[in-house]
Amino acid sequence: PLAARTSITSRYEMVYRSTTAQEEAALDVATAQEADAALCPLQDASLGALTMYVVPKTSSLLPQGISVYVGKHRGALVRAGGGLAALRTRLRQLTQVMSFTTSSIAAALSDRVPDGQLGPDARRHLKSSLGYEITFSLLNPDPKSHVVDWDIEDAVNRYVQPVLDKLSLVANFSVDSQILYYAVLGVTPRFDKESSSFLLSAHSLPHVINPVEARLGSSAASLYPVLNFLLYVPERSHSPLYIQDKDGAPVSTNAFHSPRWGGIMVYNVEAPASPQASLPLHVDVDMVRVMEVFLAQLRLLFGLSREELPPEFLLESPGSEGLADWELDRLLWAHTVENIATVSTTLTSLAQLLDKIGNIVIKDDVASEVYRAVASAQSAMAKLATGHLHSAFQASKEAVTSSERAFFDPSLLHLLYFPDDQKFAIYIPLFLPMAVPILLSLAKIVRETRQRKKEPTKMD
Amino acid sequence: MAAAVPGACWVRAVAAALLLGCCGAALAGGVQDQAEEFFRSGHTNNWAVLVCTSRFWFNYRHVANTLSVYRSVKRLGIPDSHIVLMLADDMACNPRNPKPATVFSHKNMELNVYGDDVEVDYRSYEVTVENFLRVLTGRIPPSTPRSKRLLSDDRSNILIYMTGHGGNGFLKFQDSEEITNVELADAFEQMWQKRRYNELLFIIDTCQGASMYERFYSPNIMALASSQVGEDSLSHQPDLGIGVHLMDRYTFYVLEFLEEIHPASQTNMNDLFQVCPKSLCVSTPGHRTDLFQRDPQNVLITDFFGSVRKVEITTETVSLDNDLAGFESNLPKDELATEPLKYAEQLPVAQIIHQKPKQKDWHPPGGFILGLWALIIMVFFKTYGIKHMKHIF
Repeated sequence: PLAARTSITSRYEMVYRSTTAQEEAALDVATAQEADAALCPLQDASLGALTMYVVPKTSSLLPQGISVYVGKHRGALVRAGGGLAALRTRLRQLTQVMSFTTSSIAAALSDRVPDGQLGPDARRHLKSSLGYEITFSLLNPDPKSHVVDWDIEDAVNRYVQPVLDKLSLVANFSVDSQILYYAVLGVTPRFDKESSSFLLSAHSLPHVINPVEARLGSSAASLYPVLNFLLYVPERSHSPLYIQDKDGAPVSTNAFHSPRWGGIMVYNVEAPASPQASLPLHVDVDMVRVMEVFLAQLRLLFGLSREELPPEFLLESPGSEGLADWELDRLLWAHTVENIATVSTTLTSLAQLLDKIGNIVIKDDVASEVYRAVASAQSAMAKLATGHLHSAFQASKEAVTSSERAFFDPSLLHLLYFPDDQKFAIYIPLFLPMAVPILLSLAKIVRETRQRKKEPTKMD
Repeated sequence: MAAAVPGACWVRAVAAALLLGCCGAALAGGVQDQAEEFFRSGHTNNWAVLVCTSRFWFNYRHVANTLSVYRSVKRLGIPDSHIVLMLADDMACNPRNPKPATVFSHKNMELNVYGDDVEVDYRSYEVTVENFLRVLTGRIPPSTPRSKRLLSDDRSNILIYMTGHGGNGFLKFQDSEEITNVELADAFEQMWQKRRYNELLFIIDTCQGASMYERFYSPNIMALASSQVGEDSLSHQPDLGIGVHLMDRYTFYVLEFLEEIHPASQTNMNDLFQVCPKSLCVSTPGHRTDLFQRDPQNVLITDFFGSVRKVEITTETVSLDNDLAGFESNLPKDELATEPLKYAEQLPVAQIIHQKPKQKDWHPPGGFILGLWALIIMVFFKTYGIKHMKHIF
């Protein structure tokens, strides 16, 4: 239970069985990577399902000191040892890492959790949305000295598109790129004599983004959230430029990112061999290095970091696909829960609005969107309870689309509907003076009729 | 020798004391960092909605107010894409403006706030109560461009600045309609329900401005007003060359205060509350912080007026194969249209011209009108007698 009327229960269903002959054969290989590759077709490939193989303590598949190996797909190898209870704890921990934990669900529901419980940094990952727009920008502040060429289309096709294809289940992605000239950083870097380079300290980094953002043209993009990845080639007079972290050490990637916004990488151009080299220098950007950093930043923006794991876990690097299958599952779990929570908040708020304004007119299409949203949300919750992640996620996406369309319908503006007291206030001054003589005459008629009824009885 | 030993002891004691002092300072620094972490705002982006609700030449000062706040907000870092500026925008090109294409905010024409990078999103007759509420609640027709939308999320801090003519509980829009404090409070509640803001700062510079924030009931709103109920906000200084008052007092002193702020400054909200004492402003500025969760002492001015992003150093990289061959996407590509596309007729003009006018169906009068007329006729004839009928028919 997280808040007054929000509670969520989760359970992990664990099925234990012994290995089949095929799996034994697959596990009979030299290294864990090969085992993982061999086991992949034998596993249950539906989203949300995990398969874990417990190997004997003395097995040589896992290197020394590593007791858990997490593969690229939805499988893991766990070394037995230390008794059944320890194994169960380790399996439970592994399950939590590969699917969801209480804190990740709470972070997904951060809208409904009172602020005191989660820290201010709880919700930094990108909100679940139907689509994202990714913009790659090359910033060249000194075109007189550097003519920078980057083969972005090729790089996107080769390195970024596989990742986006894998993430296409989560949302629609669209990619564009641009080159900006004479775009400078807002801060002046310090010159450091010892390394004879320029340094940007960590606390000046927050001020770098804003002067550039005005020129990025993100207002022309679509209505989806925009992720900006900037590559900055420093001016000749400020080369080489390194970013310092809080302890003063230069950062190896020379890049930093901002939650929910994007990332910036500084690309240093080597000084030319001879000082008399003719300007401008031609620079061919090494897109592999750049894309390695950008894809890592993309993962971090989505919340897929690999840092908080105990040291005895070995994670297989997902390579060119960008993220492992179980990481995709983690995203989907969090996004599904978030979608369902958003739908219920939206529909509750809509119901409250209708209660407050009694005479609001609900159009037919708004009503049908609301019905659809409720039906989809219910089906999403049912499917989530049984663990069918794929269909639950699709249903939750439909529910969110319908509920947003219903809530943000332009006809529901409360200004357009007069409350009853305003209606009285308008019509009474109009009709009351007109009605006064009518009412008086009516009273006179009633009196006359009564008098006439009395008189005939008197006369006779 | 004997004298050297106490010297050594003394040195050792001093060294120990220094070490303890350093440890203490480091601990205190650590605790300080933690405390700062706790009081920091949790926002990741900033928006600003700046509204000037008056038009006509004699309301020059309201436009100058809004444009000066716009300029400060841009200087401190909020980009145009995150500012929704609503102005009547009839000052710079007004025939009565002796210096066309300028709007000055300081006498002696020191500062022109209508430069060439002013991006007005709602101008002239588009500044209506309905559009303002649509911007706030997000119930905008789908054809609205992105620059006219407030695309904030649950981690946005929004600054809302309104100026114009106001009264007790209402604010006049363009001399033809009003927005009441109840409507404004309801709009903010709609925003909160949909989590369209993390924290909201509402500044209003009108007469009796404090009445506008009396009815707020949504959490995380801080409000400032230039005058209390029953007081008028006064203008600052007329310029004899232009012939109108250039700024309002409260906004003038707020802007003087903001000129000292730079994107890295640590000034907090309490200083903003003190900005215009009665001696300078003649009216009593008011503020409301009971709905706000954090202590105003810990709220930085740049939390609302500037746009300081949180950044993290990227320490991880993804390892990619260097020579990846051209990747064939697994997703089905859209089929390209093979037949030539034609331009569809947008408006069938020929059909319209030759159309006969449509007969409007005649509807008998409705119940209300019939009843009213029946009542009037009955009363007339009862009062004056039925014998008068023959004179009429």
